[in-house]
Amino acid sequence: MTYRLAPIDTGAFAAERDDTGLTVVGSVVQRSDARGHVTGRTEFFEDVAPPRLAHLKMHRSARHHARIAGVDVTAALAVPGVLRVLTHADVPNNVYTVLKLIGVEPDDEPVLAVDKVRYLGEPVCAVIAETEAAALDGAAAVEVSYEDLPHVLDVEEALEEGAPLVNEYQGQNHFVYEGHHCRRIRFGDVEAAFARADHVFEWRYQSSPIEQAPVETTGCVVVPQADGRLRIHSDTQACFFTLDNTALILGTPFNRLRIVGGTVGGGFGGKVDVVVEPIACVAAMAVDRPVKFVYDRAEEMQVSSPRAAERIVIKDAVMDDGRVTGRKVTLYVDAGAYARHSPYGTTKAAAHLPGPYSIPNVWADCHCVFTNRTPSSAMRGFGVTIADFALESQMDRIARALGMDPLRLRLINAYRDGDVKAHRKIAEGTALVEVIQKAAELAGHDLPEDCRRMSSTTREGL
Amino acid sequence: MPSQIVSLVVNGERREFIAAPGATLLACLRESLGLIAAKRGCAQGACGTCTVLVEGRPEASCLVPVETVAGASVRTLEGVTAGGELDEVQSAFIDCFATQCGFCTSGMIMVAEALLERNPDPSEDDVIEAVSGNVCRCTGYRPIVIAIMEAARRRRERAVPR
Repeated sequence: MTYRLAPIDTGAFAAERDDTGLTVVGSVVQRSDARGHVTGRTEFFEDVAPPRLAHLKMHRSARHHARIAGVDVTAALAVPGVLRVLTHADVPNNVYTVLKLIGVEPDDEPVLAVDKVRYLGEPVCAVIAETEAAALDGAAAVEVSYEDLPHVLDVEEALEEGAPLVNEYQGQNHFVYEGHHCRRIRFGDVEAAFARADHVFEWRYQSSPIEQAPVETTGCVVVPQADGRLRIHSDTQACFFTLDNTALILGTPFNRLRIVGGTVGGGFGGKVDVVVEPIACVAAMAVDRPVKFVYDRAEEMQVSSPRAAERIVIKDAVMDDGRVTGRKVTLYVDAGAYARHSPYGTTKAAAHLPGPYSIPNVWADCHCVFTNRTPSSAMRGFGVTIADFALESQMDRIARALGMDPLRLRLINAYRDGDVKAHRKIAEGTALVEVIQKAAELAGHDLPEDCRRMSSTTREGL
Repeated sequence: MPSQIVSLVVNGERREFIAAPGATLLACLRESLGLIAAKRGCAQGACGTCTVLVEGRPEASCLVPVETVAGASVRTLEGVTAGGELDEVQSAFIDCFATQCGFCTSGMIMVAEALLERNPDPSEDDVIEAVSGNVCRCTGYRPIVIAIMEAARRRRERAVPR
């Protein structure tokens, strides 16, 4: 087996380093956290074990969509070791939305369900107990009676007339962007482009929700301090975002909370929502003891917010020579029952269209849709990744239909410096042409001479 | 069923503690003995991050009721670092950038220790087989395999009398 120890090719930079006095690029720098990891001394949140630690477990919705007729916690309180059962009435500002910190409205999600549940697994009651086992027994003993409501699990069905209303705080089954029903792009005239095109291709793409599945599950340990503050040990990816949102939910000044974090056992976007800290803080104040709330593996897979499922329909006007002259995109992001980060993710998807191509006519409607599914949220390039899957699949299918090299099709349409993009921005620093040329070379894919002469900074070959 | 006193030889030292019935080896290591290198990732034997060596064999400690291994010799990552010196596996993990978030690292190193104990000159397939029960969700498997091969090489070199 051949391998090298350093992931950096130090030889490549040797000449540059000789007389500049710069020494970092091209040199191997040990990770600052590696020694802690290989000795087991890195402190993850669950390695904190304060005395008198109590445990929190959630009783979760057994329905996709239902009115809550009654909640009976008598049996839960009778479980030996159970200390308290919290309901929505115990949470100071129970209804929130995480992006309110950047001005997103409305507050649309309860920390604990009030009169309705909107997805399977939604938190209803929080049980605090002496041991994890007692908390689990207590959570299982909570009795909730439901009046079932019709549910909707598909984005297009959710937007139909007469679909069940998922989220009353939103008021309709889509997020409203500055008075509009979706995030839109209007550039040129796609219908005229379709009329003039040699070919019109329309295909539909669908992705599933994707769970980030970190090996360390989402959780926190909250420790009341002698000075009245709460110290939160968390595996959040966003310490200050979590601190601020938690303080807003608790209705306390920000300086009453202290977050100890930054060590995350895998996140990938799944630890950006603020879902365990607020209720663990309420619990720690209620019993005046340290409280741990950590998802078990099943919760991590079922209720931690995944990458949104998206449905994308792309209709393209294409000329015989491969130029794409018009692109119409209808995109649906399945936000699940609550907004979380999806209004932002949908905007990112819109900003990414029509891909890295100069297309003179672009029309896009990007819908952020509420359904009775697990709320979706951030994951590695959310909004962009699935759009790319659809856009690049579309390019391959067009190339196949025209009998054209798929790289040539992309080179013909790739944006160049100075092109006006659909968002009225002038493209600068573009490099798609050069990246494709290099990739072709590395893959041993012969590009014809005219393609090899193309450049991002000239119109050569167009 | 009452709790009972359980005795183990952990990293070469005899340790006694009180265990509730059904308590797992992982819970006892972490909560009774304060050895936190082994992690809880799934609590169902699927992710490998809780791996420790029981009588030299890698075991998912989250699935082992501690009373079933009473008296056994148990080795954790803390025992690998005894004396503050890193061994070949640990130093190769650093040099080969085989750690990312670090949550799977303890389990990965313990399966590597067990492998090299039994087979000082493993093939790449042997290494892949050995770590196949351990999940690295950062998906850094390639550097992990490279690090274990490198550790084996360093350990063999050290063993050659000069």
